[in-house]
Amino acid sequence: MAEIELRHINKHFGPDHVIRDVSLTVKDREFVVFLGPSGCGKTTTLRAIAGLEEIDEGDILLDGRPIQGLRAADRDIAFVFQNYALYPHFTVYENLAFPLRAVGTARDALDSTVRSVGKSLGITHLLNARPSALSGGDMQRVAIGRALVRRPKALLLDEPIGSLDAKLRETMRVELKRLHFENGSTSIYVTHDQVEAMSLADRIVVMNDGVLQQVGTPTEVYLYPANLFVAQFIGSPVMNIASATIRSDGGQASVTLDDASFDMPADLLGMLDKKRAAPALSLGVRPEGVLVSHTDQPGYRPAEVHLIQPYGGFDIVDLRFGSKTLRARTSSGYVDRIGARVFARIAPSQTHFFDTQSGASLDLRLGD
Amino acid sequence: MTSLIATLDPGSRAATRGLSDIAIRNLFVIPTIVFLIIFNIFPLLYSLGYSFTDFRASTKDPANFIGLKNYMDLLSDPNIWSNFTITAQYVIVSVTGQVIVGFGLALLLNRSFPLKGLVTTLLLLPMMLSMAVVGLFWKLLYDPNFGIINYALGLGKFEWLANPKFALYAVALTDVWMWSPFVMLLSLAGLSAVPKHLYEAASIDRASRLYTFFRITLPLVAPILLIAIIFRTMEAFKTFDLAYVMTSQPTTEVVSIRLYKMAFQEWQTGKSCALAYIVLIMVLCITNVYVKYLNKAKER
Repeated sequence: MAEIELRHINKHFGPDHVIRDVSLTVKDREFVVFLGPSGCGKTTTLRAIAGLEEIDEGDILLDGRPIQGLRAADRDIAFVFQNYALYPHFTVYENLAFPLRAVGTARDALDSTVRSVGKSLGITHLLNARPSALSGGDMQRVAIGRALVRRPKALLLDEPIGSLDAKLRETMRVELKRLHFENGSTSIYVTHDQVEAMSLADRIVVMNDGVLQQVGTPTEVYLYPANLFVAQFIGSPVMNIASATIRSDGGQASVTLDDASFDMPADLLGMLDKKRAAPALSLGVRPEGVLVSHTDQPGYRPAEVHLIQPYGGFDIVDLRFGSKTLRARTSSGYVDRIGARVFARIAPSQTHFFDTQSGASLDLRLGD
Repeated sequence: MTSLIATLDPGSRAATRGLSDIAIRNLFVIPTIVFLIIFNIFPLLYSLGYSFTDFRASTKDPANFIGLKNYMDLLSDPNIWSNFTITAQYVIVSVTGQVIVGFGLALLLNRSFPLKGLVTTLLLLPMMLSMAVVGLFWKLLYDPNFGIINYALGLGKFEWLANPKFALYAVALTDVWMWSPFVMLLSLAGLSAVPKHLYEAASIDRASRLYTFFRITLPLVAPILLIAIIFRTMEAFKTFDLAYVMTSQPTTEVVSIRLYKMAFQEWQTGKSCALAYIVLIMVLCITNVYVKYLNKAKER
């Protein structure tokens, strides 16, 4: 098995700087997901690791050995393509056998490996079919099988289930997770779908504009986003972000978003001082951090219901505090009428403060 | 609102389209069919009729029906069979040469390099020349006294076209020069239709260049290459101009030359019609074999 290390890699496409000084270590048997909007450089980084793309600067190491000078064929890294890239003139069996035949594997060993991989992916009945006769999900299974059949040091997957329908994506996600448990190969998975990233990853690497934004476990990335980009990219519905003014009234701290002002724990002031926070701050709070009540309670502010979006298990409610709108998550049906008057507050433990200028999180962790 | 009504009105739609279907039929389709019948279908059937007679176009004698005699005579004539053997040799040498050179050139051109368009166009030039012109200037190139080929190869006064052993191959070589670009053009289309990601997949799958070529490139280009081969085989089988212009050896008398002599020098019109039909049937048989392979290749 293998450890992959990227050291300060840079890549340009003409005038575009698509990978900017990316450094990262993927540990042996780890499942890492590159997550970011399209065009952020995640696929290019993946292709560079596979040897399909050359890098301008930096080192790519596999088990401590630099491999950026090697051809793709010599790196012993398997790659699953977004469009599957199955060989159209071969049967499924021959597609699976290709990586073994290419290096002259003995026929018996080849046959048993192909059949066992076919079995673990549930495509035994398709071995004699041609790719054109397969459904999208089966094509993807064959593509993954072709990558697994050679027991590669590392497995790279480029949006492997991005073009399947939602239902099938869910099935394949579970299957991918199972396969990773069974095979345990070091895996890097590229996607723009945060649900895939959250559910599959040991660690998520969030990228934007060729720059690593944050590397962390799904929980870390969700609960402690490193900057405004990560905060807004991860989580659905998206996090509320508002420019905030912090006030102190006789030992009590409060945060003001345009017209609405919410109480905050007093130690916020000390924390901000310690961090030497810039004057312009942004406050971020996920919809579940906006608590809604029908009755006026201490600390709650009146608000008007502007929009209700039912999501089945919960509702997302747009609340108006004067000119300011915040999204709140409520149990489904809790607010049943647009225009209703409710009361809401922000849970301090779920607030994030960002430097508006740089976008970086101040990483303040408040209690309730 | 008015424009919406205008686009929905069927009359004005036909007007914006220009010609109606009936006008297109009368202007283009009917003249084509008439032309085809007069100059193609009618002579084809008429010559089939002549092939069963002893008709001679040089005399006023009426054509007498003699049944299959022309066919029997031709098929039992060893000289005709030798014409066919020569033709087969010519077809094999020239088509093989064209496929090797043409496909090779296509492989070289199937990448990006400066002036690619210009180079491709220049390579296509031989194909655009007239057969007779090509024959005449290759005759000069082959000339034993001042030809550049002997000069370049240092062969002294080597006879190419007057040499009964080499003349046919010399003509075939000219054909290869002239028609390799055609195979190249079709192969290039086939090669650029192979998706790039298959090559990436093959390199990830640890396939060597050679293995990739034989297992990915060749099978995927095969159908279009076969089409090129079908065209070139048919053309080579009925080749006339090059061989006629360049030499007049008995060893270069391909079947079309024999046919020409029979029809317009010996004036055996009926018999030559029969020979033309034998050639036609043979070409059909050969292309059928290719088409079968083609269908098999396309199935994959």
